[in-house]
Amino acid sequence: MANERPKADVVIVGLGWAGSVMAEELTRAGLNVVAIERGKWRDTSTDFPPAVDPDELKWHTRRQMLAAPSRETYTFRNRSSQTAAPTREWSAFQFGENVGGAGTHWAGMSWRFSPWDFEVATRTEDRYGRARLDALRAEGLLLQDWGITYDDLAEDYDRFERIAGTSGIAGNLNGEIRPGGNPFEGPRSRDYPTPPLKDSYWMARYRDTTTRMGYHPFTIPAGNLGQAYVNPLGVSMGPCTYCGFCDFHGCGNYSKSSPQACILPVLMRRPNFTVLTETQALNAVKSEDGKTVTGVRYVGSDGQGEGFQPADIVIFTAYQMDNVRLMLLSRIGEQYDPSTMQGTIGRNYNYQTCSSVTGYFDGAKMNPFISAGAMAVQIDDLNGDNFDHADLDFIGGAGMMSVQTQGRPIALANTLRPGTSRWGSGWKEGFSKSYNEAATLFNQGTSMSTRDAYLSLDPTYEDRFGQPLLRITFDWNRNDKAMMRHITDKAQAIMQEAGADAMTTDLQTENSWNPYTQLSSHTIGGLVMGADPTTSALNPYCQSWDCHNVFSVGANCFPNNAGYNPTVTIGALAIRAAKAIHSTYVNNPGPLVEA
Amino acid sequence: MNRREALFSIGAAAAGAGIAGRASAAELRGVPAATAQTADHMPGPIVRGGDFKVFTDQTDHATLKAVFDRLIPSDDHGPSASEAGVLDFLDAQLAGPYGDGAAYYLEGPLQPGHEEEVMGQKQFLETPRQRYAKGLKALEQYAQDNDGASFAALSPDRIDEILTGMEAGRIDLPGGVFGQAFFELMLQNAREGYLSDPIYGGNRDFAGWTMIGFPGARYDYRAYVDRHNEDLALAPVSLIPSN
Ligand SMILES: Cc1cc2nc3c(=O)[nH]c(=O)nc-3n(C[C@H](O)[C@H](O)[C@H](O)COP(=O)(O)OP(=O)(O)OC[C@H]3O[C@@H](n4cnc5c(N)ncnc54)[C@H](O)[C@@H]3O)c2cc1C
Ligand code: SF4
Repeated sequence: MANERPKADVVIVGLGWAGSVMAEELTRAGLNVVAIERGKWRDTSTDFPPAVDPDELKWHTRRQMLAAPSRETYTFRNRSSQTAAPTREWSAFQFGENVGGAGTHWAGMSWRFSPWDFEVATRTEDRYGRARLDALRAEGLLLQDWGITYDDLAEDYDRFERIAGTSGIAGNLNGEIRPGGNPFEGPRSRDYPTPPLKDSYWMARYRDTTTRMGYHPFTIPAGNLGQAYVNPLGVSMGPCTYCGFCDFHGCGNYSKSSPQACILPVLMRRPNFTVLTETQALNAVKSEDGKTVTGVRYVGSDGQGEGFQPADIVIFTAYQMDNVRLMLLSRIGEQYDPSTMQGTIGRNYNYQTCSSVTGYFDGAKMNPFISAGAMAVQIDDLNGDNFDHADLDFIGGAGMMSVQTQGRPIALANTLRPGTSRWGSGWKEGFSKSYNEAATLFNQGTSMSTRDAYLSLDPTYEDRFGQPLLRITFDWNRNDKAMMRHITDKAQAIMQEAGADAMTTDLQTENSWNPYTQLSSHTIGGLVMGADPTTSALNPYCQSWDCHNVFSVGANCFPNNAGYNPTVTIGALAIRAAKAIHSTYVNNPGPLVEA
Repeated sequence: MNRREALFSIGAAAAGAGIAGRASAAELRGVPAATAQTADHMPGPIVRGGDFKVFTDQTDHATLKAVFDRLIPSDDHGPSASEAGVLDFLDAQLAGPYGDGAAYYLEGPLQPGHEEEVMGQKQFLETPRQRYAKGLKALEQYAQDNDGASFAALSPDRIDEILTGMEAGRIDLPGGVFGQAFFELMLQNAREGYLSDPIYGGNRDFAGWTMIGFPGARYDYRAYVDRHNEDLALAPVSLIPSN
């Protein structure tokens, strides 16, 4: 083939969070790794130093560092009977497109999932009985365990947190519940690497209010560092300065956990690591017997057209959506069909059920510009299965956080007391008060996959290389809507108790889902892990059941969504998969788990 | 040599790299030595009061000013949009990649009614610059048809009435311009100009930031984070002080 490169042990497609974590683990073990990244090289001192970074228009409004829909988008419909339409403008989804991926400009909320999230099927049956589980399945929910438990992942969670320098306060240290932390979290073997961020006025007020109401508030774990830190790779990081230009922006202080701040300085110096930037992977190429792949086809940015990177192992870490698309374009496995329920690629596609309640406090000074991407106090009393669902008509729940994450004026210009005009002198009067008096409670919920929601290739629309776009078929399900109504009622009660003089609520689940009005970028599933090859595309090591030298790590691995942000779980899965590759697979290439 | 060595030895990999020969322009091994800032990440200040590049037509310009100064009028909370440089801002934005719709997916086919139903909002194949070109002409035509006068000559109350009708989806404009969608585009851009860094042309003398108490392009609040519920009265700072 034209432009065939020398063979590598491992080719990694997508050098974001998962890709760089895996590349670090695999190169340290001595493997020769080539990463293919469609975006540019981006670094702290050149691309987002403090003199350039605090610019809302460039980074947030125009999303300068994100993958633009013109470069790659997706189509969408609510139901299989509809024709999908392309998402033409910026939407709720926020895809990264640079070395570092979305990890360069994420917010940094750094959660482990709870033990329940990995075993929703088993634990629902254990607590509420087989009949309840069957009834939920009968209405179309695809409830299935992950094939691993929280305990299986605990060590890898710890490793990712050490690399990232996560700030926070332990709530469950080896089974012992600790004051100030999250009493509902899974057990941790040691405290967080750096201390928690400070409270803002709103966070302190929320802490007082929820304590009074009998809840258990805690500072959330953050990839915004509580103090200077040197990680296990020897990279130094600085303390977060609460600059408030965090999500969608890079960090000019080396204070935000990111591939740039935590991994790349070491990885780039390893002689057995190469990255091809501005290079788009098209698909993996199957071997003659179809049981393995031989490498990855790509298009280079250098005008020399197509090339081929041969490798013994192919890893897709191109973000959840592109991982699914790459599997489909490579014809690995079988496309899921909702009418027959056959096939696993595209199955268990899901989103995150969210709502927000904003309170307006007359005369308050919330100073929202003093903030950090993951600055929040949360209660988990109503998350997951932390409360009794016996008499409720849903399973799941939400983390409820008082956020102090940004003070960007353009973004906040619609945060107005009810009845305020959106323009004219009425807007100026209203916004000049609400900018500093508004405070938001964000409810980030669990989400259960359904039979009808899935990913597939669009029959009409193509990307700039002539490859079909990915098509989403998705709408809210009854269970998650009922859950979010319940949570939002509780959130309004908390806001009332906190003393808000007025309130606005954003509850998207009351309308059909569409990509433009949502509150979360968290899209999951479509290529999920599990113990059963008929309901999962990947085994518990994120290895393809269909081609044993293909691995994929991203939020695509999650069969259901937790009431938390995804990245730390992605990072832990990446470490787990990489360890399995260098300690077991390379010595004996083949399925790591028998089907 | 056992299977592991054959497949995965570093020796073979290093040799392979040595004979690679055709290094792609974008092949990186080691931290890149060339660390110049890429042009698209450099702040790009605009010069206020220069010649307009997009709004070169007198009537278009007057119509836009008439709309923007009702969306953000001059009052006790600060100057109007045009006084704060928001027209300069928008002209520069529309002359660049934003105006080109460079970020948007503008491939056909467009299925107008259907796409709106699925997406919950109107979808366009036109760029923002094209939408302004058409929309401003349509506003002028609307005023001529309904009021027998130029849009810019209408009273503030009458302009408010038209804008209110567009916002509510009650008024569409001649030439197939959707009133509500064009209203939302103009409102978004007017706010952007009033509230973004002054280097982009609007927010002159920090008009927008002073209105709400936003201190601008500061980067370190460690000294203030513990001062709860206080009016910190921090003076706004621009990316590049320019005046
Ligand atoms: C604004 C924002 C805020 C966020 N906040 C949080 C948060 O607070 N907490 C949290 O947990 N998560 C958050 N996230 C999500 C988080 O960034 C992602 O979960 C994480 O980066 C996923 O890691 P990944 O490795 O799967 O994908 P990424 O880090 O995005 O990396 C994927 C890489 O693959 C590349 N790629 C894709 N397709 C191809 C191809 N065909 N060829 C070559 N390269 C390709 C992309 O360019 C990209 O660099 C946020 C994201 C954004 C954008
Ligand atoms: S808020 Fe903190 S972590 Fe985020 S960009 Fe600013 S300094 Fe960095």
